[in-house]
Amino acid sequence: MIPCPFVIKRVRWETEDTFTVELTPREGRSKFDFLPGQFNMIYLYGVGEVPISICGDPSDSVLVHTTRAVGTVTKAMAKLGRGDSVGIRGPFGTSWPVAEARGKDVVFVAGGIGLPPLRPALYEILAHRENYGKVVLLYGTRTPSDIVFKDELEQWRARFDLEVFITVDRATEGWRGNVGVVTTLIHKAGFDAHNTIAMIVGPEVMMRFTTIEFLKRGVSPDSIYLSMERNMKCGIGLCGHCQFGPLFICKDGPVFRYPQLKDLLVKWEI
Amino acid sequence: METLERILAQHQFFKDLSPEYLTLVTGCASNVRFEQDQYIFRVGDEANQFYLIREGRIALQLFSPDRGQITVETLGEGDILGWSWLIPPYFYVFDAKILDVTRAIALDGKCLRRKCEEDHTFGYELLKRFSSLLEHRLETTRLQLLDLYGVRS
Repeated sequence: MIPCPFVIKRVRWETEDTFTVELTPREGRSKFDFLPGQFNMIYLYGVGEVPISICGDPSDSVLVHTTRAVGTVTKAMAKLGRGDSVGIRGPFGTSWPVAEARGKDVVFVAGGIGLPPLRPALYEILAHRENYGKVVLLYGTRTPSDIVFKDELEQWRARFDLEVFITVDRATEGWRGNVGVVTTLIHKAGFDAHNTIAMIVGPEVMMRFTTIEFLKRGVSPDSIYLSMERNMKCGIGLCGHCQFGPLFICKDGPVFRYPQLKDLLVKWEI
Repeated sequence: METLERILAQHQFFKDLSPEYLTLVTGCASNVRFEQDQYIFRVGDEANQFYLIREGRIALQLFSPDRGQITVETLGEGDILGWSWLIPPYFYVFDAKILDVTRAIALDGKCLRRKCEEDHTFGYELLKRFSSLLEHRLETTRLQLLDLYGVRS
């Protein structure tokens, strides 16, 4: 698959090391269709390629990606600006169960840089809000300065049909918000355990303990979805880099139902 | 109007406690209210009470000379505040500052300690519940210490 050229329309820094790029196609299609939860392979000409979740509004014509500048490709990407080009291959992977969640309560749990992959699902659900029960976003980060999408979080908090709870692991002086791991927010969500879909993204340890909390409260394992991350290279299930037991994260994921991962998550080596 | 006994009976912490012991606990309970920015207790204060938070938010804090007053955990509705009343020498090790106006039920730890000594079965019932609470706090604290969201060097 050949990368399609996209042009950077805007770059916005969310935190000291995390930025958002908004992209439009250089030519051809007017809109990039994708399902919430999917990812693209983003190619920086002459540098390399990296998988990044799509984090924009599925109904929008602008393609949005948020990433931390942590590796060779993302650090190079962080230096790009308006008018620069990148190559896009995708979208790849499985999606969040937005349709299955109709008529149910929905609890999003995001840890750290896990909020961007959940954002498209939240947009989709808010666009059809009447089709869902209670909708809650639980978001945990390292410190207050690591919170991404601050403006949007404030807008979401102001809504009457969405509850947003934010917590940090470590507070700075003057912080009056919640302090504690994101699992400590679950009991505040007030969802109907027997009619809830949980969508979780974050470090694997965080996702494991979050899942345990949902199971303790009576949520069915089949109603818990996790988004996994591994070293992905081809994005199409051929190279084997992202193999996770019998699964390929790029092809069978990145969104999985918990029962698919239950026995794999606790294994040290697969 | 809800009675103290009914409120305590409905709380997860006192679930399955016998009616006899529930009455005993209620005898050591009272309604309290704290205003924003008030301190419920400070480091070094005698720990003779614990609290069942009904409404509001509380920050558990420590002062560090180079970092100022740091919040290590926040507690809110339904949470239990305070376990130093159970463990000698019975002094609080953190400050507890009110973030939002808080209503709570205060339980007299000195009174309950005496009753635990007189009735070991009652003592065991309370210790079972606090062990579970402490286990949960330790688990979440360890997760905080892991610094899961930090970038690997």
